Amino acid sequence: MLLRFRSPHDLTETDATPEALYMDRRGVVAGMLAAGLLPQMAQPALAAVVSSTLPPLPARRTRALNEEWTSFDSVTHYNNFYEFGTGKEDPARRAGSLRTRPWTVKIDGLVAKPQTIDIDRLIRLFPLEERIYRLRCVEGWSMVIPWTGFPLAKLLSMVEPLGSAKFVAFETLRDPRQMPGQRSPVLQWPYVEGLRLDEAMHPLTLMALGLYGRVLPNQNGAPVRLVVPWKYGFKSIKSIVRIRLVDRQPPTSWNLSAPNEYGFYSNVNPEVDHPRWSQARERRIGDWLPRKTLPYNGYGEEVASLYKGMNLRRYF
Amino acid sequence: MRTDGFLRRWGVHIVMGLPLLWLVGQWGMGITTGDPRAAGLSAEPIAYSINTLGLWALRALLLTLAVTPLRLRTRWSWLAPLRRPIGLWCFAYASLHLTVYFGLNLLGSFEELVQEIAKRPFILFGMAGWVLLLPLALSSTRAAIRRLGAKRWQMLHRLVYAAAVVAAVHFILRVKGFQIEPWIHAGIAAMLLLMRLRPGLRRNT
Repeated sequence: MLLRFRSPHDLTETDATPEALYMDRRGVVAGMLAAGLLPQMAQPALAAVVSSTLPPLPARRTRALNEEWTSFDSVTHYNNFYEFGTGKEDPARRAGSLRTRPWTVKIDGLVAKPQTIDIDRLIRLFPLEERIYRLRCVEGWSMVIPWTGFPLAKLLSMVEPLGSAKFVAFETLRDPRQMPGQRSPVLQWPYVEGLRLDEAMHPLTLMALGLYGRVLPNQNGAPVRLVVPWKYGFKSIKSIVRIRLVDRQPPTSWNLSAPNEYGFYSNVNPEVDHPRWSQARERRIGDWLPRKTLPYNGYGEEVASLYKGMNLRRYF
Repeated sequence: MRTDGFLRRWGVHIVMGLPLLWLVGQWGMGITTGDPRAAGLSAEPIAYSINTLGLWALRALLLTLAVTPLRLRTRWSWLAPLRRPIGLWCFAYASLHLTVYFGLNLLGSFEELVQEIAKRPFILFGMAGWVLLLPLALSSTRAAIRRLGAKRWQMLHRLVYAAAVVAAVHFILRVKGFQIEPWIHAGIAAMLLLMRLRPGLRRNT
């Protein structure tokens, strides 16, 4: 299972842009603002970025993407995180009530070494990597996000899955006091997701602890979330408190809510429509016109083999 | 008394045009500053605009349906002439809603529009709503009323009830998961339609 893939996208140390360089875009804009080159109304949004007090999370960039990054502002203010409301800007406004310390992630089920890991230990467990991934939402929009984290495979190998383990089940925190959206019946709580074990072990599958070189903002799924770049965004479960290895396909939240619309696999596929809208195109945040959606969100070379021989219309 | 006449004639347009004016203002700011989110258009200004236009089309539709029951209950006869302009604003919002969706989501492809209508009930309901409103907007002039005759004109304009039903269903079918907002709008629509079944109201509508 622990094959070493070396993809054409892998980078060496010298390919990385120093954090200071891209972070300084803020400085440039702030300077323009100070010089009166920008209208005053741009100020509130800018203030939110500049005053970002998120601690830095240094990492080595291991994967680049030759596409423009979605702005930090959009990445942190256009979120589907129904635990904080169904509006796109609700999470940015309301996720302040989430307490990310103390926080533990329990890993159990069909493993030789079940354990409960404190978040501060989890952050130091493996070398952190920065990876630039596309994110494609099932609703038809997309972003490019620089994540910081480590491959889930490393964490799973550490707890030693038993031979009987076939799937991995993930669970988000359930606490309506911290997550006011959980008082609404929009979904069943807690949010649950799942992957087949080979998907979970795939080197692209990331446990993310940060973005844009900083610790994850609450609205993006702090303190730890999953990122599966070839699947629709809702598979990438946020604010994880439990990971369980199981022998049967686990239930997943959106599949429970509308089984005909959201399948267990939910691989990005321009040829299989959502029953209510086409998935052939996507609106990249920041662009005016839509662009074509790529099979497996552009990661087909690396992941298509996982689904060889499967009817992708049936297993959508 | 001149101001009174002015308000009577233009007040309804000012009120009904405000959401559109606001949206246009947001676009102006979003484009000049290059920051649509700060202008209130969210990170996805096109999707936001489609949703906003659709929402105000539905709200205007509910408002037109509210005019007559309210007038009969309150005996405020000045409400009666508001029905037509509000109805026309409803059609304007619905047309803009459809135009932005067609132009920027489907990139102006009629072929795709036909496919979408055929494949997706929620698009079918939305499209049906607009098609039902079209003859009402076209026959909104005094000349049209005269040509059709009051009786037939009134029969034709009962299509607005069907438009309210399909528009409410269109909204319910649109959202992900269970969300309350479309149901609130549908509930108001249902209430306004059910009120018309009461014989006391029926005579005069």
